[in-house]
Amino acid sequence: MSINRRQFLRLAGVSTVLGVGGASVLSALTGKGEAVSQTTPHFTTDPRAITGKRWGFAIDVRKLKTDEDYQKCISACHDIHNVPDFGNPKDAVKWIWKDTYEHTFPTVTEDEIMNKELKEKPFILFCNHCAQPACVRVCPTKATYKRKDGIVMQDMHRCIGCRFCMAACPFGARSFNYRDPRGKDANGRPFIRKENKEFPTRMIGVVEKCTLCYERLAVGLLPACAEASNGAIVFGDLEDPNSEVRKVIDANYTIRRKPELGTQPSLYYVIGGRE
Amino acid sequence: MLEKALIGSKRYWLWIGALLVVIGIAFIQYLHQFSYGLGITGLSRDVSWGLYIGQFTFLVGVAASAVMLVIPYYLHDFKKFGKIVILGEFLAVSAVTMCVLFIFVDMGQPMRIMNVVLHPTPNSIMFWDFIVLTGYLVLNIVIGWTTLGADRKGVHPPQWVKPLIYLSVPWAVSIHTVTAFLYAGIPGRHFWLTAIMAARFLASAFAGGPALLIILSLLVRKLTKFDPGAEPIQALGKIVTYAMFANVFFLGLEFFTAFYSNIPGHMAPIEYLYTGFEGHGKLVSIMWTSSILAVLSLTLLVFPALRRNENILAVACVSMFVSLWIDKGFGLIVGGFVPNMFEGITEYWPTVPETIITIGVWAIGFLVLTVLYKVAVAVREEGGYHD
Repeated sequence: MSINRRQFLRLAGVSTVLGVGGASVLSALTGKGEAVSQTTPHFTTDPRAITGKRWGFAIDVRKLKTDEDYQKCISACHDIHNVPDFGNPKDAVKWIWKDTYEHTFPTVTEDEIMNKELKEKPFILFCNHCAQPACVRVCPTKATYKRKDGIVMQDMHRCIGCRFCMAACPFGARSFNYRDPRGKDANGRPFIRKENKEFPTRMIGVVEKCTLCYERLAVGLLPACAEASNGAIVFGDLEDPNSEVRKVIDANYTIRRKPELGTQPSLYYVIGGRE
Repeated sequence: MLEKALIGSKRYWLWIGALLVVIGIAFIQYLHQFSYGLGITGLSRDVSWGLYIGQFTFLVGVAASAVMLVIPYYLHDFKKFGKIVILGEFLAVSAVTMCVLFIFVDMGQPMRIMNVVLHPTPNSIMFWDFIVLTGYLVLNIVIGWTTLGADRKGVHPPQWVKPLIYLSVPWAVSIHTVTAFLYAGIPGRHFWLTAIMAARFLASAFAGGPALLIILSLLVRKLTKFDPGAEPIQALGKIVTYAMFANVFFLGLEFFTAFYSNIPGHMAPIEYLYTGFEGHGKLVSIMWTSSILAVLSLTLLVFPALRRNENILAVACVSMFVSLWIDKGFGLIVGGFVPNMFEGITEYWPTVPETIITIGVWAIGFLVLTVLYKVAVAVREEGGYHD
C-alpha cells in the first residue's frame, strides 16, 4: 500500500479526532509499533499573521511629493526582495516602479485637453493582483496562481520561463531573468547589491513579480511599499467595508488601470477628493 | 526502411555534412545562451517573444498544410496526389520537430519542460498546443511510415491507418487554430486580439506550406530520379493561389477595422509595422518587402498561363514563402509587443547568436526532412508506388 504524506496527515488527523490515536494508524500502515505522532510535521499559522478575503491598495500619489518619496517605496521593496539590477533597461527586473500618468493609464490619455498637473504627475506601479488575472489563465504549469486572499503568486521553482504570462499581463507587471540574478557584471559588481538572506534569490530564466509581501503578511507586517509610503499607499481588505482601503476609496474619486479589459485590478488610484 | 537514408551519392553526404556543421555551430551558440541566459537575444522586458516564437508560429502553419494534400487524395479520391502526399506528411514531421525545438530554445528553464505534463493546466492554451502538436507529430510519423511501407511492398496500406488519416484532417486544423488562440485570447494586445486570427493563420498556412511543397517537389524532380509529376504540382499551384488571396483579404480586414474605427490602440501596431510610429520604424522596410513579394507572387499565380510555366511558378512560390515568413514569422510577433503595455516603444531586432541558433534549428529541420525524403524517394525510385 502506498500513501503520500498529505494522505497520511489527513488519516492521522481524522483518527486522532476520533480518539483512535495517530500512532496506531501509523503502526497499522508501517507495521512498526513505535509511536511517532508527536514528531509528525505540522503547519500552523503565525498568530500575528494578517488575513483577508481580497487584498487591495488605494494609492494617493498626491502624498508623494518628491522623487525621494517614490524612491523610498521602490527601495523598500527591491532591497528586501533581492530584486537584481542588471544595469540596462532591456534586461530590467522591477517589482515596483514609477511612470508618468500617460503611461500608467494609456487608454484614458487620448484626452486632448487635460489638467497639466495631473498629466505630469508621476504614478507608482506594481502588480495589480487582479481578481481575474490573465497571467494565471495562460500559465501552462500553474507556476502563477491566485491565493484565497487575492494575491497573485509566482512560484519561481515551477516556472519554465515560457513568458506567456508576460505577453498576457496588460500591465507590464512581470519581469524575466534574462541573466543570472545571482551573478556579477563585467566589473565584478553583483546584480543583487546587498542580499537579504531572509528572502530567496531567484535563478536564471524564470519570471518574477510583486508577490504582495506575502512573507511579511504572514508575520503581521504591512507590505513594504505601504509601510514606506508615508500614507500614500493604503493597504487592506477590499471586501471588508470597514477597512482603511475601503474608506479611502469611498471618500475619493479613484480610477484603475485598463478596467475595460475585465481583469479587475485591486489597485485603486486616487485622482481627486479629500486630501 | 531507414537504411535507405544511409546509402547516397557524394552530393547527398556533402549536404548532410554541411547541415551537421551548421547544427554544430548553432549548438555551441545555444550552450552559450544556456549559460548566459536569454539576455544574449534581442528580447527585452517589453518585447519578450521574438524570432524563436515567430518561427514556431510560422512552422505550425507549414505542418498543418499537409492537410491540403490529404483532403483531396483521401477524401476526394484525387489520385494524382498519390505520389506526393507522402512528401506533405514528411514535411509536417520536419516542421513539427522544428516547432518543438523553437519552443525549447525559447524557454528560460528548458530542463523543466516536463512541468507542462506534470502539472497539466487545461485553462492554458499552451497546454493544449503541447497536446495537439505532439499528437500531430505522432499521427504523421505513423501514417507516413505505414503508407510508405505498404507502397514499398506494393500492397494497400493496412485498414487501421484509415481512421488515423481521417483524424489527421481536423487535427491539422486544430494545431493552427490552437496556435492562433495563444495570441487571439490575450487582453490588452490590440494587434493580436482579433477573431480573424485563426482563420488568417489557416489561410496563410495553406498558402505558405504548399508553396514550400511545390519548391521541394521541383527540387526532388531535379535531384532524383523520382518525378512527382507536373499535374499534382499544378494542382498545388491552384491551392496556393486561392489560399493566398484569402490570406491577403483577411489582412485587409484587419486594416479596415483598425483604420475605419479610428481607435488609436488598434492602429498603433499596424502603423508601427508599415509606416513607423513616433519615429521608430525598424520593421518598416521588411514589412513592405513582404507586401511587395505578396503582390508579386499573386500576380504571377493568378494568370493560368504564367502559372503553368514551372519556372515562373517556382519564382512565385519562393516570393510567397518569403513574404509569409516575414509577415508571420516576425512581424506578427513583434507587432503584438510594440507599442508596449504603457503605449511606449521598445524596438526589437534579433542578435547574431539568436539568428545562428534559429538557422541551426532550421538546419535540424532540413536534416530530418532530407532523411525522410531520401527514404520516400528511394522507395519511389524502386517503383514501389502502385496506383
